[in-house]
Amino acid sequence: MNLAYRDIKHNLLRFVLTNFGLSLLLGVVIVITGVYGGLVDDALKQARAANADLWVVEAGTNGPFAESSRIPGDTRELVSRVYGVQRAGSVTYQSVQTELNGKPLRLYLIGYELGRPGGPRTLIAGRDIIRSHYEMVVDRSAGLALGQEVPLGTHGHKFTVVGLMRNELTSSGDPVAYVTLHDAQGLQFELAPPAARREVARGGAGETNDQINAVIAKVSPYVQINEVSSALSRWKHLTTLTQEQQENLLTKQVIEKSRRQQLLIMVLLIIVSAVIIALIIYTLTMDKARSIATLKFVGAPDRTIVGLIVQQALSMGVVSYFIGLGLVLAFQPYFPRRLVLDTDSIAVVFSVTVVMCLAASTLGIRLALKIDPAEALSAAG
Amino acid sequence: MADKAPVVRVEHLSKHFGSGSARVDALVDIDMEVFPGQVVGLMGPSGSGKTTLLNCIACIMEPSSGRLTLDGEVVYDEHWLRADLRRLRLDKVGFIFQYPNLLPFLDGTDNVAVVLNLAGYGSAAARKRAIDLLEYLDVGDRKHAMPTQLSGGEAQRVAIARALANRPRIILADEPTAPLDSARARIVMDLLRRIAAEQDAAIIVVTHDEMILDRFDHIHRLRDGRLERDSAAGPKHVGASESQIASN
Repeated sequence: MNLAYRDIKHNLLRFVLTNFGLSLLLGVVIVITGVYGGLVDDALKQARAANADLWVVEAGTNGPFAESSRIPGDTRELVSRVYGVQRAGSVTYQSVQTELNGKPLRLYLIGYELGRPGGPRTLIAGRDIIRSHYEMVVDRSAGLALGQEVPLGTHGHKFTVVGLMRNELTSSGDPVAYVTLHDAQGLQFELAPPAARREVARGGAGETNDQINAVIAKVSPYVQINEVSSALSRWKHLTTLTQEQQENLLTKQVIEKSRRQQLLIMVLLIIVSAVIIALIIYTLTMDKARSIATLKFVGAPDRTIVGLIVQQALSMGVVSYFIGLGLVLAFQPYFPRRLVLDTDSIAVVFSVTVVMCLAASTLGIRLALKIDPAEALSAAG
Repeated sequence: MADKAPVVRVEHLSKHFGSGSARVDALVDIDMEVFPGQVVGLMGPSGSGKTTLLNCIACIMEPSSGRLTLDGEVVYDEHWLRADLRRLRLDKVGFIFQYPNLLPFLDGTDNVAVVLNLAGYGSAAARKRAIDLLEYLDVGDRKHAMPTQLSGGEAQRVAIARALANRPRIILADEPTAPLDSARARIVMDLLRRIAAEQDAAIIVVTHDEMILDRFDHIHRLRDGRLERDSAAGPKHVGASESQIASN
């Protein structure tokens, strides 16, 4: 006879309501885990989207994500000529903000050379950019539709959305948008008319806009990446980073603080959940004090009493976990941030929930084991 | 009774609480024997030590001194363990509380079967015996009722069935008739007499109820923790079924 099950069945409404509350709490833990996973994944995606083997950036910098990097536009031609480099492409990165239908729209703009590395990889709708000006491929989280026009830059050039991507976000949650390199350079260096007139007046109008943030290089499969990297590092005005170094910079430096913050929130939530579960179990045990005393009186061993409490704590934790997970998955598309919940992280949260329930039930077990069988003799409560 | 060994033997049993000036002697030098088939009453004013004596015999309170023997087993000698007391309570002692104390989350059958499960019965066997006992106590039709759906008398009968489940040699009852009217109280006492006769069990009943004195074989009166006198008056009225049971 399973006493825990019978007690739950007898107090089903209380169990359901308690579990609903607990599932919301565990749902928040799962959300934070998803946000944490999304933060890391988005950061890495930024670097991985370029599908690069090597990143050539300004000398002495950890660009283009961890630090700003500015190199001449012809660097790509230099890099292309190095032995082992199969393909190379110039890229620029910048955050832009515009207004659409009275609402602000933030985009992380990537400028790339058509037909060269650094462009969008997988589209879910529309096509790649084929015109040299004013076309854009954007992540669907921006809320833009194919054919929609987006004004960008100080001159308000209208960019037409020709392609849509999925899950291409920065670590701060901004949707990524691709434009041609020329458009990106124009947006980066183009001055508003009054500023341009002032620039002409001071004689600085002749400066070139042909500057880029990095060159992405794909290395031939027959040549060692390190070999090409050492060849490129001979140029003292450039720094070369491998893809692995770039990913390390992103995860260990760029998003490190946010990552720690998320981790801290997650740990705090787990502690709060454990305390709440412990209090619920403790209260439920107190409610059953007379039944426990009676069970002890009629000869129930401690393991029966412990089993009753542990099984209830576990069933509460497990049921709440799955309700919480179900709620998170159901409402995932409506979250303002991308949640990444892979099997590993879901399993880790589940294991933490089980351990948390076991730890939380110790308070109830302690109380139950202290209950004197003689309490069954006291006046009916 | 002389040819039978006592099922409960209490020898020079004392129990005190606290020490020094705060010491309270709850039981002083109690001697008592209860034989199989006997229904013994334990009476006395509040605070006289009735419940303390019952708790000692029920193995939930350790006496300060003296010797207690239950069905031939000496309890509280120097080697006793908590697990031994639990086993004694499970195997040899059935307890009927003043209030039924049924587990609120189990129905009538399972309230009885739970004790059998603890004693190692399989689920089906436990339920069968539980239902047999409920029918024996005329509450078979309430076997699926939850405790809140039972009347006071029905709940007390289920509690008695639970106390009888493991065929205990000793049945202790702490004011089992207190929450019942006089007619129901007499029915319960007749039932206890029938059980004592049929199962050859020793029954000790703590009571204040003067109306049921005629249902006891012996009455022990306690005052200030001492046994006042031993009334050996036999019952004026023998439970209706006892003669029938004897003939069975």
